[in-house]
Amino acid sequence: MTDSIISLTHLVKKFGKQTVLQDVNLDLMPGEIVGLIGPSGAGKSTVIKTALGMEVADGGSATVFKQTMPNRQLLSRIGYMAQTDALYEALSGRENLQFFGKMKGINKKNISTEIKHAAAVVDLTEDLSKRVSGYSGGMMRRLSLAIALLGEPELLILDEPTVGIDPALRRQIWKELGSIRDEGRSILITTHVMDEAELTDRVALLLGGRVMAFDTPQNLKKQYEVPTIEDVFLKAEGVQS
Amino acid sequence: MRILAIATRVIKELIRDKRTLTLMFVAPIIIILLLSVLFSANSTTNVKIGTVAVSKTIRSNLDNTKHVAVKTYDSKKQAKKALKDEKIDSIIQKKSSGYSITYANTDSTKTTAVKMAFKNAVTEDTMTTMKNQMGTMKTQLQTTASALTKVEQLLPAKTRAKLASQASTPKTTTKVTKVAKTKVTNHYVYGDSSTGFFDKILPILMGFFVFFFVFLISGMALLKERTSGTLDRLLATPVKRSEIVFGYMISYGILAIVQTIVIVMATIWLLGIDIVGNVFNLVIINLILALVALAFGILVSTFARSEFQMVQFIPLIVIPQVFFSGIIPLDSMADWVKDISYIIPIKYSGDASTAIMMHGAHLSTLGLDIGVLGGILIVLTFLNIVGLKRYRKV
Repeated sequence: MTDSIISLTHLVKKFGKQTVLQDVNLDLMPGEIVGLIGPSGAGKSTVIKTALGMEVADGGSATVFKQTMPNRQLLSRIGYMAQTDALYEALSGRENLQFFGKMKGINKKNISTEIKHAAAVVDLTEDLSKRVSGYSGGMMRRLSLAIALLGEPELLILDEPTVGIDPALRRQIWKELGSIRDEGRSILITTHVMDEAELTDRVALLLGGRVMAFDTPQNLKKQYEVPTIEDVFLKAEGVQS
Repeated sequence: MRILAIATRVIKELIRDKRTLTLMFVAPIIIILLLSVLFSANSTTNVKIGTVAVSKTIRSNLDNTKHVAVKTYDSKKQAKKALKDEKIDSIIQKKSSGYSITYANTDSTKTTAVKMAFKNAVTEDTMTTMKNQMGTMKTQLQTTASALTKVEQLLPAKTRAKLASQASTPKTTTKVTKVAKTKVTNHYVYGDSSTGFFDKILPILMGFFVFFFVFLISGMALLKERTSGTLDRLLATPVKRSEIVFGYMISYGILAIVQTIVIVMATIWLLGIDIVGNVFNLVIINLILALVALAFGILVSTFARSEFQMVQFIPLIVIPQVFFSGIIPLDSMADWVKDISYIIPIKYSGDASTAIMMHGAHLSTLGLDIGVLGGILIVLTFLNIVGLKRYRKV
């Protein structure tokens, strides 16, 4: 896997005495959507934080764009969306986008076209001037996603992006994610919604700090002899316990 | 670029938070006005003294003292009852061996006032007695002199002439010695006769307001960034940790400048306080203090998990600052207590502001205060930049 975007090999992460990640092996190729599924507390967020360089691996290696994380400069090429909406509620939607755009280092000329595009994807164009404090939960989620999309990053890391978003918009977002993949950019996404996992190119099943299975949805279903990813999830969890 | 973007964002958020903004600018003015009223009204203590079997002169002497009222009681028992009912503040009883004084002592300033008044009254009484005695002596002298003349006239003419030739008769003219009243003219280097405790604490108070509000609001702001996840999101961009800290410094620095100007203007226009030095210098000192407060706020916010926990740091960090800032005179305290004040930022800003407001000191003469504040600032800022590593490892 020489040209992989993200490469985690034998990753170990401990918090105090608790070992959260025991041996995580994961790679993300250009133009690929990898879904990360697993029960709460399995370590999904820790995998993401290590990939972003917010945490440092205690063992194994974590490289992004072939460089070892943490690396501050690489962050300009990554779009990140956290589980929490993480927005400045006193500011308007546009001001939030502008601020994070500047932080990402997008140059002034492109920033307004970038904002226009990102807002259009998440269907927020008309509400950009409103303060975020007046947004509904779904609107906040969409704005949060729009911030991650700013600057056309080569890698998107999305932590539960579609929570609280209605089905029609969710479909639209997945369509956009699909076209991002088709441009050759990569996406690492965590989700609780199992039918979303079916839409990814490969699914990593994280259980107890280990990647139990990592393959295409079709192969996983075949391997576990079940009809859906949800059943794969339940079966794998059953084996664990 | 990023520093400025962060600073503008923080300012925007502050400006839109109308209530906090009002609090920052209106609350200090209200408190300063209140304190000014409180301290000017409280500068005199009125005491009521009950007397038992005390001579009339001492009673009237006491009564003539300013802010002292005298009430005479027939017996100690009655006086004691009055004392218990808080009608009087102390009892003075004349006994054969001297005076016995009972103080309510619920207010030490009143006790001191009574002691002073009584001491003066007794001194005055002694003086009057002495004066009277001197008067008596004078009349006695006059009587002796006239008696002498009479004796002289009874003597035979010859002896009289002899006597006259020997010594001229001492003319006993009684000069009325007027004690010339010493005239005292008061000159005040700072302020006027109405300058009091309030003027002394004002420079310190000003620093305190800046410190308190910047500490609390910046700490809360950073805490909110952390709990809402915006800090994580911010750190997921290539922004430097130092850029975040400096961005906050610029925005809260501006806020502190505006706040200081508002407070200074309020004290000049509303209270007519005399500021000898340059207001600009005052702003500079408070700006440095605000940056120290900001650094404190950011540092402390990392130890707080919620806004409530942040508020819990006020008695731990802010209140001791007031105690050692110089509002309570430190000169009379034990050495080790004085030593604590050396690590209190408000002490230095208070000293510097006092020097500017009362002595018209220039910044260049305040090198020590500015230097220490600057030192604290640099150390705390460094700690904050390193401390952000908790949230991102680069």
